[in-house]
Amino acid sequence: MNLSKEKPPLVKKKKTKKKGNLLAAFLAAPHIVWTVLFIVVPLIFVAVYAFTDRQMNFTFDNILDFFTPEKLYILWRSVKLALIATVICILIGYPAAYFISKANPRTQRLLILLIMLPMWMNFLIRTYAWMVILQNKGIINSIIGLIGLGPFKMINTEGAVIVGMVYDFLPYMILPIYSVMTKLDTRLIEAAADLGCNGFGVLTKVIIPHSLPGVFSGITMVFVPSISTFYISQKLGGGKFFLIGDLIESQYNANNIHAAAAISLVLMLIILASMAVLNHFSDDSEGGFIP
Amino acid sequence: MKNGKYRNRNGAVGIIYLVAVFIFLFAPIAVLIYFSFNSGKSTAVMEGFSLRWYEELFRDEITLGALKNTLILAVCSTLISTVVGTAAAYGISRMKKRYIKSLVMSATNIPLMNPDIITGISLMLLFVFAGTLIGLDPILSFRTLLISHVTFSLPYVVLSVLPKFRQMDRSLPEAALDLGCTPVQSFFKVELPEILPGVFTGAIMAFTLSLDDFVISYFTKGSDFQTLPILIYSMTKKTVTPKIYALATIIFITILLLLILSNVISAKDERKHINKLKKQRKTKKGENLN
Repeated sequence: MNLSKEKPPLVKKKKTKKKGNLLAAFLAAPHIVWTVLFIVVPLIFVAVYAFTDRQMNFTFDNILDFFTPEKLYILWRSVKLALIATVICILIGYPAAYFISKANPRTQRLLILLIMLPMWMNFLIRTYAWMVILQNKGIINSIIGLIGLGPFKMINTEGAVIVGMVYDFLPYMILPIYSVMTKLDTRLIEAAADLGCNGFGVLTKVIIPHSLPGVFSGITMVFVPSISTFYISQKLGGGKFFLIGDLIESQYNANNIHAAAAISLVLMLIILASMAVLNHFSDDSEGGFIP
Repeated sequence: MKNGKYRNRNGAVGIIYLVAVFIFLFAPIAVLIYFSFNSGKSTAVMEGFSLRWYEELFRDEITLGALKNTLILAVCSTLISTVVGTAAAYGISRMKKRYIKSLVMSATNIPLMNPDIITGISLMLLFVFAGTLIGLDPILSFRTLLISHVTFSLPYVVLSVLPKFRQMDRSLPEAALDLGCTPVQSFFKVELPEILPGVFTGAIMAFTLSLDDFVISYFTKGSDFQTLPILIYSMTKKTVTPKIYALATIIFITILLLLILSNVISAKDERKHINKLKKQRKTKKGENLN
C-alpha cells in the first residue's frame, strides 16, 4: 500500500484511477437518488402537509389543533411512559449487559443470540402474548391465585403498557451497552484495582463512565420506538391510554392526513429536542470522565 | 480486591440475574408456543394437546396467501436493497470529499433514527401526492409497499457492507488493476469475495426486517396486497384463536434457523479475520527481530 504511494504516479494508472472514481460515483448514485427521493423528500412532505389544508392552502390550523389540553395531556403521557420504560430498560439492561460481557466468549455469542432472538419475532404477537399473561384470568393471576391472593387487575393499566414497552425494546438497550463493554480495556480495570480501587470504585469510576456511550445509544433506541408506539397501548392499555402514536394512527384512519402530518411533525420535533438534550449530556460526560 | 476477579466468569449473582432476564424475555414466547398446541379455542386455558391449529393454519387460504405475499415482498426488497446498498457502500468507501461522504451517511441514517411511524406517514404522504398527480387509481399497492421496504432496508445493507470495504486491504484491488484487471473485473474477482460476509449479513437483515415490518407497511399498504404482519394485526383486533400462535411458532422456528445460519457465517468470517491478524502479527514480529 505504501509502496504504491511512494512511486511516481504513472500516466496509465492515473487514468484507471479516474475511471475508478467515476465508477464509485456511478455505483453510489442509485442509493443517493433513492435516499433523497424516499427519505429526504417525504420528510419535507410531512412539513408541507402539516401546514396546509385539504385544498393545499397554507394554514396553521393543523398545528394549533394539537395545542388543546386533551392532546397535550396525551403528549405528556407518551413522554412519561416512554421515559419510565427507558429508565427501567437501563436498570434491567445494564447489569444484564455487564454479566454477559463477563462470560467466556463462546457463551457470550450464545447469550447475545438469545437476546436477539425475540427481537426478530413479530412484535404484534409478542405483545399479544403479554395480554394473555396479564389478563384477569391470565397466567400470573392463576399462579397468584394458587397461594390465595388476587386476582390483581394488571391488563389495561399504564403499568401494562410500560411492561409491553420494556419487553419489546429491552434488547435494544442491552446490545449497545454490551458492545461497548466488550471493547473496555481490561487493563484499565486491573490498573484501577492495583491503584487501590475497591470493586465499587472500579464500577463507578471505570466501568460505568466507559460504557456511557452505549447507554446513550440504548436510550435513543428504546425511547424513540416507545414514544411513537400505538399497538402496545391499544392492546395492553385497552385503548384507554392514548399515546401520540395512537393519535397519528387514528387521524390516518379517519383519512385526515394533514392532521396526521402535523402530529408527526410535533413528534419529530420532540424526538429531535430530546436527542439534542442527550447529546449535550453525553458530550459533558465524555469531557468529564474520559481524558 | 484481587485483580483476577474481573477476568473470571460470573458468580452466582450474575447467573441468577441473567436467567431471570431470559425468563422475562422468553416467557411470552413460551406461552404462545404452549398454547399453539391447545385443542380448545382459548388462548389462555389449555384444554388438551393437539395439532389442530397447525392443520387449520395450512388449510387457511388467507393466511397462506399473506405468507406468500410476505415472502414475495421480502425477496424482492432484499434483492433490490442488497444490490443498491452494496454498490453504494463501494461508492461511499471511495468518496474523496469528506463532507459529501458525511452528508450521504447522515441521510442514510435517517430511517434508523426516525420512528417507524414517521417513516411510514412520510412515505404515505409522498405516495398520495405523487399518485394523485399522475392519476394512479389505487395509489397504495404492491409498488408502494416494495418502495417502502427497500427504503427502510437500504441503510442496514449499507451499514453492514461498508465496514468490510474499510477492513479490506486497499492494495489488493490496486494490485489487480496494476495486473491488468478492469475495475469491474477487480470488483468481482478481488473485492466481492472479501465483502461477501457483510453482504450476507445485510441481506439477512433486510430479509428479516421486511418479514417482520408492521408499522411502515401499515401506512403504505394497499388493500389488494396483504402481508402477514398486517393480517396478524387485523386478527388481533377480533377474537384470537391459537391459529395465530401456531403461525408465530412457525415464524419463530424459521427466524431461529436464519439466525443460526447468519451466526455460523459471521463466526467463520471472524475466525478468518483472527487468523489473518495472527499471521500479520507473526510477520511483524519477524520484521522486528530483523
